[in-house]
Amino acid sequence: MPEINLRQMKKDQSGTISAIKVGGELGLRMREMGLVAGTRITIQGRAPLNDPVALRVMGGILTLRNNEADHITVFVEDKV
Amino acid sequence: MRRPPAVMVAVVVHRQHVPLKNKQKRDNQPMTQTIHMALAGNPNAGKTTLFNTLTGSRQHVGNYPGITVDYKEGFFTHKNQEINLTDLPGTYSLTAYSVEEVVTRDYLVNEKPQVVINIIDASNLERNLYLTTQFLELGCPLVIALNMIDVAKDRGIAINPEKLAVLLGVPVAPIIARSGKGTDILIDQAVGQSGQQWQPRDISYGEDLDAAIMDMIALITEEKFLTGIYPPRFTAIKYLEHDDQMLKKGQQENSLTADILEEKVTQVSDHLLKTMDAYPEAIIADHRYGFIKSILRQGVQTQNFDTDRLYTSDKIDKVLTNRLLGPVFMCLVLFGLYQLTFSWSEIPVSWLESFFGWLGSQAETLLPDGPVKSMLISGVIHGMGGVLGFVPLIMFMFLGIAILEDSGYLARVAFMMDRIFRIFGLHGSSVMPFIISGGIAGGCAVPGVMATRTLRSPKERLATILTVPFMNCGAKVPVIALLIGAFFSENKAMYMFLFTLISWVVALLAAKFLRLTVLKGPATPFVMELPPYRFPTLQGLAIHTWERTWQYIKKAGTVILGISILLWAMMSYPELSAARKADFEQQRQLISVAVSPAILAESSSKSDAVSEEALTLRQKISLINRQESEQALRHSLAGKVGLTLEPISTLAGFEWRTNIALVGGFAAKEVIISTLGTAYSMGDVKADASDSLGQRLTTDPNWNKVVAVSALIFIMFYAPCFVTVVCIAKEAGHWGWSLFSISFNTIFAFLLATAVYQIGIRIG
Repeated sequence: MPEINLRQMKKDQSGTISAIKVGGELGLRMREMGLVAGTRITIQGRAPLNDPVALRVMGGILTLRNNEADHITVFVEDKV
Repeated sequence: MRRPPAVMVAVVVHRQHVPLKNKQKRDNQPMTQTIHMALAGNPNAGKTTLFNTLTGSRQHVGNYPGITVDYKEGFFTHKNQEINLTDLPGTYSLTAYSVEEVVTRDYLVNEKPQVVINIIDASNLERNLYLTTQFLELGCPLVIALNMIDVAKDRGIAINPEKLAVLLGVPVAPIIARSGKGTDILIDQAVGQSGQQWQPRDISYGEDLDAAIMDMIALITEEKFLTGIYPPRFTAIKYLEHDDQMLKKGQQENSLTADILEEKVTQVSDHLLKTMDAYPEAIIADHRYGFIKSILRQGVQTQNFDTDRLYTSDKIDKVLTNRLLGPVFMCLVLFGLYQLTFSWSEIPVSWLESFFGWLGSQAETLLPDGPVKSMLISGVIHGMGGVLGFVPLIMFMFLGIAILEDSGYLARVAFMMDRIFRIFGLHGSSVMPFIISGGIAGGCAVPGVMATRTLRSPKERLATILTVPFMNCGAKVPVIALLIGAFFSENKAMYMFLFTLISWVVALLAAKFLRLTVLKGPATPFVMELPPYRFPTLQGLAIHTWERTWQYIKKAGTVILGISILLWAMMSYPELSAARKADFEQQRQLISVAVSPAILAESSSKSDAVSEEALTLRQKISLINRQESEQALRHSLAGKVGLTLEPISTLAGFEWRTNIALVGGFAAKEVIISTLGTAYSMGDVKADASDSLGQRLTTDPNWNKVVAVSALIFIMFYAPCFVTVVCIAKEAGHWGWSLFSISFNTIFAFLLATAVYQIGIRIG
């Protein structure tokens, strides 16, 4: 499973978060919404201007800006 | 569909001050007394729905509500037991980053409710339990309301509530908040848990952190550091999470101990960064989720379907947030909202207008002449009419917004628009306030400012609050239409569009300016939840719309009434001296006696078909009346204000009568037209009904195209109306921001108008 940045993930691609390298409020906000290492995510889609991105996480949908997604690395699954 | 046997007694909305000042001791109360319960949970978990089901009232679903500073309280009776339920704001955690979290935490530790009902979305169990772990650490008596078990079931998620209850050590009641199913048992359990001792639960955070926490607890217990408020372990963990509010409280309590604790946190952080490349707060979060996962894996939750399955909501999103169709649909929805608001409200608005017209004419004929009559007509009836005439429009607007909000579409609008708004230092959620305030021309800044409550970040919210009044609201549109109609009649539509565009550009640039200066700071994270689409309930929409409309009527009604009476007084007093009045009367007498009694009688008749002599007499008398009115206006307090401002205002091309209208416009922008009308007809509007205000302005030597543009710019951007100012103070939480808004906008508008005028007259 290759490890890439969340920003590079494509629509409908899934993967498992490997690390979130940010502290402070942003880090906290991400974590309390369920974005922690080991969580499985799927890219739901992107906004018309390609930013922000919508993710499916733990049965809900979260949105993140691209520059916020930069802090997250993901082990992506090969598309079946 | 069974309603719970809950009897609503009353619902009280409290205004909460942060931090809470009035500590109430509720310990040691016998069981026969009212039980105090608090309702807490994630936004969109169905908290408000449960609150409404239990207390019988309906306010609002979603993470909007009026809970930036307010919280709701309801009373109901359950099996002869009186229960008082507080609806706390929706939060994802108990770390004091947002107002909602501060309010929730302060309420819990200060008010010490006898039991907390933690509502959890069963279809999103793992994330919802994150907040639960923090309640466990705080130790408050807890009951879990496992909501939307039906939705979870549809999604193939099977949950074993008994097992969850055993593993968490707290009662769990599966419920469906919408129908009230299961709430009976929930309240039974909550009553059973109420009044128990607070018992903090320990969650392990790994070797390094656990050791540090033990050290810190030892110190905290020894020094009795904040132990009156928080359990020692809770304090230690919040220190490790760099919780600002906790750090501040600590410094106030005992700065020596606080310093040692902070030093300890720095040591641990450095160590963890070196050895594990992770922040302590990240490790804490990881362990909390680890704790949750370990519970769920022990047979609490089983997934029957593929997790990648698309649900109805996701399918709708495929279209509505599609990169091509999404924006098109959004434009249609927003345009539709306007169509609905303006076309549907047209008829009731005209009813109200004719009602107030009728009221005015009744007063005109029934009341004896004098100051009381003048005040009732010009002050009370016109003033109230101006505000109440808007009510149907505001109501439809609120209804439209409630539908968009309750259905979950508003969050999608924020998602799609965020990229554009971020350029100007705003947030995707700023879109709606801008549109409500008049982004498509017509709207109102009052509900616009109130709609900023959807913004969770204080700086973006403040920047939005301060710039939405720049939009062309429904009260400014008639003024703009009048001036464009008078001076640019050849290209009306184009100019109207141009000025709407200018308002957007200026508002966004002003927001950018504020975010670079007084509201400097990094963009707030856009980590936001897109709630699943839901059908709003009719009853919910109705109550919700009415609640907000009533707020508007109450606030606007009282304030505008006062202001319009004040304005009337300012334009009427002080009156001309008796000698001057007598002088005008004498002039009229002189003209009247110069003609034959027959013509005099003819001219004072109501008929339009009169002889030429009678007409000349009428005109002469009307001229004298006008002169008297102008003198009276000049002599009045408002006139003096206008004249005093004239030396400055001429820089932008405004003479004293325009000044009066602009000062009046501060009360309400609607007042500008009526005041201009009064000022430029020199009193008697009806005498000159044949030539409209627009025509009068075009022929007035003090007005021309350049002045018109300058006035348009000034009117669009100067101080928000008084009601908006009051609203800004309430929403921003400080009168300082209202004063800032008044002065910043006025200075800014004046500079812009001056620039337009000065450049305009030079290039002709």
